[in-house]
Amino acid sequence: MVSAAFRARMRGWRWPGLLSRIVAAVLGGYAIGALVSVACAVLLPLPRSEAVVIGMMLSFLAYAGVVLWVFAARTAWRAWAGLLAPGLLLAASWAGRPV
Amino acid sequence: MKHGFRQCMAWLHTWAGLIPGWILFAVFLTGTAAYYRGEISAWTRPDLRMEDNGPEAAMLGLRELQRIAPDATGWLIGLPTSSDPLLRLYWRPPGERRFRDGILDPATGRVAEAGRTMGGEFFYRFHFELHMPPIWGRWLVGLCAMSMLVAIISGIITHRRIFADFFTFRPGKAGHRSWLDAHNLLAVLALPYHLMITYTGLLTLMLMYMPWGMQLAYKGDQQAFIAEALSIAPPPRPARQAAPLTDLAPLVAEALRRWPETGVRRIGISFPGDANATIVLGRGDRHELAIRRRELVFSGTTGELRLATGNDAPAVQTVGVAYGLHFARFELPFLHVLFFLSGLAGTAMVGTGLVMWVAKRAPKATERRHFGLRLVETLNLGTIFGLPIAMLGFFWANRLLPGMLDHRPDWEIRIFFALWLGAYLHAALRPGRRGWAEQAGIAALLGLLLPAVNAATTRHHLGVALPAGDWLMAGMDLGFLGFGLAFALAARRLWQGADRPVATRQGGHLRERGI
Repeated sequence: MVSAAFRARMRGWRWPGLLSRIVAAVLGGYAIGALVSVACAVLLPLPRSEAVVIGMMLSFLAYAGVVLWVFAARTAWRAWAGLLAPGLLLAASWAGRPV
Repeated sequence: MKHGFRQCMAWLHTWAGLIPGWILFAVFLTGTAAYYRGEISAWTRPDLRMEDNGPEAAMLGLRELQRIAPDATGWLIGLPTSSDPLLRLYWRPPGERRFRDGILDPATGRVAEAGRTMGGEFFYRFHFELHMPPIWGRWLVGLCAMSMLVAIISGIITHRRIFADFFTFRPGKAGHRSWLDAHNLLAVLALPYHLMITYTGLLTLMLMYMPWGMQLAYKGDQQAFIAEALSIAPPPRPARQAAPLTDLAPLVAEALRRWPETGVRRIGISFPGDANATIVLGRGDRHELAIRRRELVFSGTTGELRLATGNDAPAVQTVGVAYGLHFARFELPFLHVLFFLSGLAGTAMVGTGLVMWVAKRAPKATERRHFGLRLVETLNLGTIFGLPIAMLGFFWANRLLPGMLDHRPDWEIRIFFALWLGAYLHAALRPGRRGWAEQAGIAALLGLLLPAVNAATTRHHLGVALPAGDWLMAGMDLGFLGFGLAFALAARRLWQGADRPVATRQGGHLRERGI
C-alpha cells in the first residue's frame, strides 16, 4: 500500500534524521513562536499591551506551522534551513526593541 | 510529490496523536467534567448550597471572615450563582503569600468543617495540572496541547475526503476500518470544537508559555502588563493605621444598580481594618460569551467609588472571547450541554485514535504480540476505562468517607489514584477483550449504583430532587445513571465476543465494538 515515493522519503528518516527533526520541531518551533511574540511586541504600531497579546496569540500558530514544515521537508537539513531563514528575519526585529 | 506530502502528514498525525494520547484523553475527560465544575462542587457538598447572592449573602460572608481571620491582609468572597451555588471564602493570614479557603455553611453562618472535599475543583485543576506541581503539570499539558494542535491540523491534511467520509461508517468492514470511521466521524463532527478548545486552551496559559514579547515590552514587569491589559488598579499599600471598614451593603447595591443582569461575583477586600483598605467588586460573567474583567474599586474606609475598570481594546477582547469559549461559564443550559457533548466527542476521538493504533498493528492470533503493542494496549485500557472508574470512585469516596475524617480531600484523591492504578494493573494482567469487558462492567456498576449510594447517605436523592424540580442534584444522579448504562451496554457487547480471538487483522470481530 505504501507508495514508492513515500518509501523514498522515509529512507531519509533513519534515527539521526528523525531525532534531528524532533529537536527542530519541539525546540525550533518554540523558538520561532517566541520570536514571533517578540517581533509582534516590538513592531506592531499598537498600544504595547495589544501588541504583546497579539504576539502571544500568533506564536502558537507559528509553532504549529513549524512542526508541520519540519516533518514535511524532504530532508532534515532542509527542515533546519527552513527554520533558520525566518528565524534570522524575526530576530532582526530585536533591533527595534525599546531601550 | 503531493502523495508523499500527505503520507508524511499521516505519519505525523499518528505519532503526534499517540505519544501524548493518554494524557490528552485524561485532559479531555476531566476538562469535560469541569464544564459542570460548579454542579460537581455542589453535589459533593449538598448541604451547603445557597441560592441568595445579594447583599445579605455578602454580609454573611463578611461577618464570618471578621470572626475567623480578623488580622488577614486580604479577604475574598465568592458569591453563589445558580450553577455554582456555594459561598466561598478566602483569606490570607499575615505573612503568608497564599490564600486559605473555606465554604460557608448557610445553616450556621460559619465555615463548614464536616465533609471537606475538593469537589469539582479537583477535576478542573487535574485538567491542566495533572495533580503535579503546577509548573510541571502546566508545561506538560501545554506540550501535549501543542501536539494535539499539530495532530488536528495534520489529520485534516491527511483526510482528503473530509466531507464524504463524514457519511461513511463501515461497522461490518474488516479490521481497523470501523475504528477509522468512528474516529473520523467524531473528529469531523466536532472539528471546529476540537480546534477551538485546543487553541484556546493554549491561550489560557499563554503568559506562562510565551512570555517573551511581554518580557521585552514591559522589561520583565508582568504585573505592569496585567494591570495594563486588564486595566486593573494597582494593589494598595497598607497605611499601618487602624480604621474601621465601611458598610458593604450600599457598595453591593451600587454595583447591582450598574450591573443589573450580571450581578456581583467577587468581593475583594485588601487590608481590612487599615486606613488604606480597598474594596473591589467584580462583575459576574455568566451572561455573555466573552469573559471581560469589570471591577468597581471603592475606598475601604469611606466607601467612595474610586475607579471602574475594564479594557475593551480589540486584542484583549479577542482573548476574552477565547477564554469565554474555553471556560464556557455562560449560563445558557442548551449551549452548555452541546459543549459537554463536544467534549465527550473529543475524548472519544482521542480514545478511538488510541485503539485504532493497536487495531491497525494487531498480529494474527498465532503471532506473538511484541512489547510495544502490549504496552499501548495496557495503557489504552487503563486510561480509557480506568479513568472513568477512578472518577466515579471519587464520587463514591465523597459519599462514603466519614465526614470529619482528617485530610478528607486528600483521601478522596488517594482513592481516585488507587483505583486508576488498579485499572492499569488489571489491564496488564488481563489483556484482550475480557479485560475490557471486566473494566466496563466495573464502571457500569459504579455509575448505576451511585444514585443509590447518594440516596443512602444524603437527603438529596432522586426521590426528593425530582419532585422538587432540583435539576442540579437530579441532573448529576441521572448523569451517573446514563454513564453507568452506557458502560453496561459496552460491557455486554464486549463480553459476548470475549471468547473469540482478540483483534485479528482480517477477521470481522472488531466491528463497531471490537477491541
